[in-house]
Amino acid sequence: MTLSNALKKEMFWVMLLARRLDERAWVLHRQGKIAFHISGIGQEAAQVGAVYAIKKGKDWLVPYYRDLAMLIAMGMTPSEFVMSLLGKAPDPTSGARQMPSHFSMRHANVVSHSAPVATQSPHASGIGLGIKMDGGDAVVLTTIGEGATSQGEWYEAVNFAAVHKLPVIFLVENNQYAISVPQEKQMAVNSAADKACGLGLPGIKVDGTRVFEVYEAILEAVEKARNGEGATVIEAKMYRLTPHSSDDDDRSYRTREEVEKHKKQDPIILAKEALIDEGLLTEEEYEELDQKAKDEVDEAVKAGNEAPYPKGEDAATPVYAEEVNHG
Amino acid sequence: MAEINLVEAIRQAMDEEMERDENVFVIGEDVGVRGGVFRATVGLFDKYGEERVIDSPLAELTIVGVGIGAALYGKRPICEIQFADFIYPAFNQIVSEAAKMVYRSDGAWFVPMVIRAPYGGGIGGGLYHSQSVEAFFAHVPGLKVVIPSNPYDAKGLLKSAVRDPNPVMFFEPKKGYRLIKGEVPEDEEYTIPIGPAKVTREGRDLSVFAYGMMHHYALQAAETVAEEGIDVEVVDLRTLYPVDRETILESVRKTSKALIVHEDNLTGGYGGEIAATIAEWGFMDLDAPVRRLAGPDVPAVPFSHPMQEWFMVNPDKIADAIRDLAAF
Repeated sequence: MTLSNALKKEMFWVMLLARRLDERAWVLHRQGKIAFHISGIGQEAAQVGAVYAIKKGKDWLVPYYRDLAMLIAMGMTPSEFVMSLLGKAPDPTSGARQMPSHFSMRHANVVSHSAPVATQSPHASGIGLGIKMDGGDAVVLTTIGEGATSQGEWYEAVNFAAVHKLPVIFLVENNQYAISVPQEKQMAVNSAADKACGLGLPGIKVDGTRVFEVYEAILEAVEKARNGEGATVIEAKMYRLTPHSSDDDDRSYRTREEVEKHKKQDPIILAKEALIDEGLLTEEEYEELDQKAKDEVDEAVKAGNEAPYPKGEDAATPVYAEEVNHG
Repeated sequence: MAEINLVEAIRQAMDEEMERDENVFVIGEDVGVRGGVFRATVGLFDKYGEERVIDSPLAELTIVGVGIGAALYGKRPICEIQFADFIYPAFNQIVSEAAKMVYRSDGAWFVPMVIRAPYGGGIGGGLYHSQSVEAFFAHVPGLKVVIPSNPYDAKGLLKSAVRDPNPVMFFEPKKGYRLIKGEVPEDEEYTIPIGPAKVTREGRDLSVFAYGMMHHYALQAAETVAEEGIDVEVVDLRTLYPVDRETILESVRKTSKALIVHEDNLTGGYGGEIAATIAEWGFMDLDAPVRRLAGPDVPAVPFSHPMQEWFMVNPDKIADAIRDLAAF
């Protein structure tokens, strides 16, 4: 399916909004206003390209903690994210129980995940199993960093999906570092996609800095999965342009020259250039969009600041499903 | 009423629940064509097919992790871990994921699933086919931990576990699978609620608190000492988490002496929680120190018969502990 011009511009807008929101989180942290931020800067193309290849609300997303742009693409608002940054009561992902960026949106089939890496992967296979049992044609998109593909849980999840031909897309966001540890210390293969072969699945590599290329690659895998042709492993390679988290200092393990080099491949810049080349965007329009994104982030922070904290005793429940009114 | 053994009661519970709700399915190693290494799923594969009785890869975290995903989707998985000793690869999935899902999503997501595992020693299983693992899980809010001691309870509790909207750890005393028999209604639907303990023998002199195989042995020991004039009350805990404190304390109020029995290691074992419960809320009712009779603090049950028997708690050892406490 060829993307309409309107959709291309929408995808760019989502990337830009996620970027400005992510940048603001860093500022809030440096101002001492939030305790923690884990960033997705540099990964927006892969995340937004992937979401536009699935059917929102029908398909399932099992994300990981770097997927801010993915969640914005799924419909999470900037103010909802800011609520989690600030630990405020209206945080819809967890009622401010989880650290920020531990996402969940039940109404959009975005599954809650945790911090121990790769634990989400078997859940994606289990959801795929449920879909297959019911004879449905929904698909499951699940994401993970390249470092976490070292975990047995990821291999077991991919293996199960392969054995049962489940409608699951295992997207590996290879940002080249797991905190300080580079890819070559995680795996002896050149790409996480190469691991798929040993598990009986196709492994696809795509340039994760180019949003429309990612979209095309994911869409092909989604259509295969929807047609009952099983799972795919896709590696989208990009570069983590920020430290691992607000508690990390990447100067201790990589040079500034290396980071600067990759900033030339910033997916926001690449998408902007692509749209300008296609005549879909002008510099003026870009400035307007950028201002709009910054304004929305300002509004979100304002809403976050005005929102109440949860009460301490709100932490007592719910532990069991009986304590929840699913009305 | 028909007399059946423990494993048949478990099989019947799964069969009836699969019949009742098409979202219920079984996943585990050898549960399909083979009908389970302990035969707990015999006949289910033929009746419900390979889509609902799934022979999993030989990987316990797959069984539980995939089960969690299916439960999030809306299915009702019954995950079989072939021996409780092999549950540890799935520990992360159970403790980090299943147990915390309701809490971490503020109630948006929940994980209705049962994890069944045969546990316990005395069957020549050595270190890795004999372990009791309940204490690891009875520490974790968000889980429920159930251990039946007889066919009637096993069937009724397992049916409740399948219908429960939370992850339920269901540990089955494997030594009792064929040894423990009991009456179970043939044509009458029943369930037993998760939570309440049960006084299975009324007595005045002291209370024995046990579960699973040790409850079976405790009843035998109680009969033995009854001939010597010691009148023992036996309480089958049945659900370890959440624990039925009221039934425990009520029994202590009546007898003033408490002996807790389990085959898991003594230190950090589940008995400590019961002892603390009695010490905290029943201290003024006590006429003697709370006693625990448990497996020794060695890593696991040895294979060779004499060493296995040295490890295992049995009716004679329980009777001795009862006599000792009664004489205090």
